[in-house]
Amino acid sequence: MSKILIIAEHDGQTLNLSTAKCVSCAQAIGAEIDIAVIGKATETVAAQAASLANVNTVIRVDADHLEHPLAETWAPEVVALAAGYTHLLGPSTTFGKDLMPRAAAMLGVNQLSDVMEVLDANFFRRPIYAGNAIIDVRVPEGSITVATVRSASWQAAAEGGSAKIESRPAAGGASAQTRWLGLKAGGGDRPDLQSASKVVSGGRALGSAENFSIVYSLADKMGAAVGASRAAVDAGYVPNDMQVGQTGKIISPDLYLAFGISGAIQHITGIKDAGTIVAVNKDGEAPIFEIADIGLVGDLFSIIPELERLLG
Amino acid sequence: MKILVGIKRVVDYNVRVRVLPNGSGVDTDGVKMSVNPFDEIALEEALRLKEAGKATEVVVVSIGGDECQQQLRTGLAMGADRAIQVNITAAVQPLAAARALLKVIEQEQPGLVLLGKQAIDDDNNQTGQMLAGLWNRPQATFASKLSVEGDKATVTREVDAGLETISIDLPAVITVDLRLNEPRFVKLPDIMKAKRKPLDVLQMEQLGIDAGPVYTIEKFTPPPQRQKGIMVESAEQLLQELKNRGLV
Ligand SMILES: Cc1cc2nc3c(=O)[nH]c(=O)nc-3n(C[C@H](O)[C@H](O)[C@H](O)COP(=O)(O)OP(=O)(O)OC[C@H]3O[C@@H](n4cnc5c(N)ncnc54)[C@H](O)[C@@H]3O)c2cc1C
Ligand SMILES: Nc1ncnc2c1ncn2[C@@H]1O[C@H](COP(=O)(O)O)[C@@H](O)[C@H]1O
Repeated sequence: MSKILIIAEHDGQTLNLSTAKCVSCAQAIGAEIDIAVIGKATETVAAQAASLANVNTVIRVDADHLEHPLAETWAPEVVALAAGYTHLLGPSTTFGKDLMPRAAAMLGVNQLSDVMEVLDANFFRRPIYAGNAIIDVRVPEGSITVATVRSASWQAAAEGGSAKIESRPAAGGASAQTRWLGLKAGGGDRPDLQSASKVVSGGRALGSAENFSIVYSLADKMGAAVGASRAAVDAGYVPNDMQVGQTGKIISPDLYLAFGISGAIQHITGIKDAGTIVAVNKDGEAPIFEIADIGLVGDLFSIIPELERLLG
Repeated sequence: MKILVGIKRVVDYNVRVRVLPNGSGVDTDGVKMSVNPFDEIALEEALRLKEAGKATEVVVVSIGGDECQQQLRTGLAMGADRAIQVNITAAVQPLAAARALLKVIEQEQPGLVLLGKQAIDDDNNQTGQMLAGLWNRPQATFASKLSVEGDKATVTREVDAGLETISIDLPAVITVDLRLNEPRFVKLPDIMKAKRKPLDVLQMEQLGIDAGPVYTIEKFTPPPQRQKGIMVESAEQLLQELKNRGLV
């Protein structure tokens, strides 16, 4: 029988939704599921983790020096917790991608990135080549499986559980070599791009940071999160955490509206799992129309304000 | 300070990769191969550090068969001083790649190792983190800004929540993101010059590397295709369509 440890992602106050998605993936493997909450003052987060369905035990590793998720101090904690587990799972977010490979190497195993489907406990499906190919990968039996879980492929596990919460002392100490200096959050209080059910995105066509305000305005009217293409981020119209795509965020909202985005393969990779894709582009030949569920050829500078007006 | 830069030979990012009909792999026949775009950015950063007087030598390293010498020559043409090929014909998984890079580190004693954040073929995003763990040194992944002062580096990292800044002691492993810089173009005379720069070959099998538990790919499949949908003529029709589908 498999025994799985999930490494929780959180910001000290709130459990990231990606953790509940890891629980769904763990359920698909079919196993006893524990969650490790590493950090500083993690009572609240541990309680949130304990409320996820089908979780057995939440293990808290709490120490001052673990306040920020630095792979250098967190990986030894993951390694120390690993004994007895068949699988270690983390989210395929920047947090999980930073931490899990380091822990895997310390355990002497490879790591599987971006699990989108579980075929059996040692057999997984994942995308490569920016999603242009899907591979079925077999992990050798007898060694621990370390993997990251592709958030857009999984529903968040339900709540209603009541796992027991245990504490363990930290296995390692503070790092003398790495100092955490700060985090500048890009977004405001709009819905979170990675979990929003609606996303409005803008591309290079917006032309400036000022012009991008029409995208925000429509998004606010719709209660949607705001995303962008790489070109819009590179040009400085919006902060980096809004980038959607292969090297940005992979998202799966029910509704995705793309304004002035051409539909480069690296962008499409980020929205393949969206429910309905709407594209507005003045070029009827833009590749994004090949994958859009609803397309409209026209000038976004007149269409966006009109949509907003029609929404009342 | 010496900087080591990892360079992987990958299918060019402009190529639309196709799965072979029998599911045994992707079609790489006659396909354009290039330096992994993130590795070009890593190399560009190393060259800028050298030009700013913060590094003395830039060494590019690639693990792969003889064909990867082409990408190493591109790196030399961009301005690297030397190249090392770790020769192995079979594809290596990240743990073996990291272990091989660690051997090169032991030999070269770099003050900084710059890698791409991910190779765009397997999209693993692992090698740098593994290397830092095995080397027991600091890591800074997804770097979009880097400054080196003495034996410390300050790195801005592009994380999901925004921009995180950390300070790390060198030596360390830094993996680079797209916005760190724009790589220079290679000029023809530099391609000629690069032919004369040293390129050493190490044999992977002589490094005594344990590849660890190796994953096997049993099948490749093309991704499910999204169908082309409908076109509407106006904002009004668009909204009506969304309402019909219960989306607004
Ligand atoms: C390794 C790598 C990774 C990458 N990762 C990503 C990623 O994660 N995410 C990403 O998005 N990109 C990524 N890219 C970049 C990608 O290849 C494209 O360059 C980028 O997506 C283009 O952005 P865009 O569609 O906004 O701009 P463009 O391609 O310039 O398209 C602008 C579009 O706007 C339309 N337009 C212009 N004016 C108007 C108007 N008034 N009204 C309506 N439409 C108008 C044009 O017809 C055009 O189709 C990556 C590239 C590489 C090499
Ligand atoms: N075979 C290789 N040769 C040289 N560098 C590599 C190799 N594989 C991976 N790397 C480096 O590690 C980075 C991350 O690769 P990956 O973990 O495979 O996504 C790449 O951008 C390269 O800098």
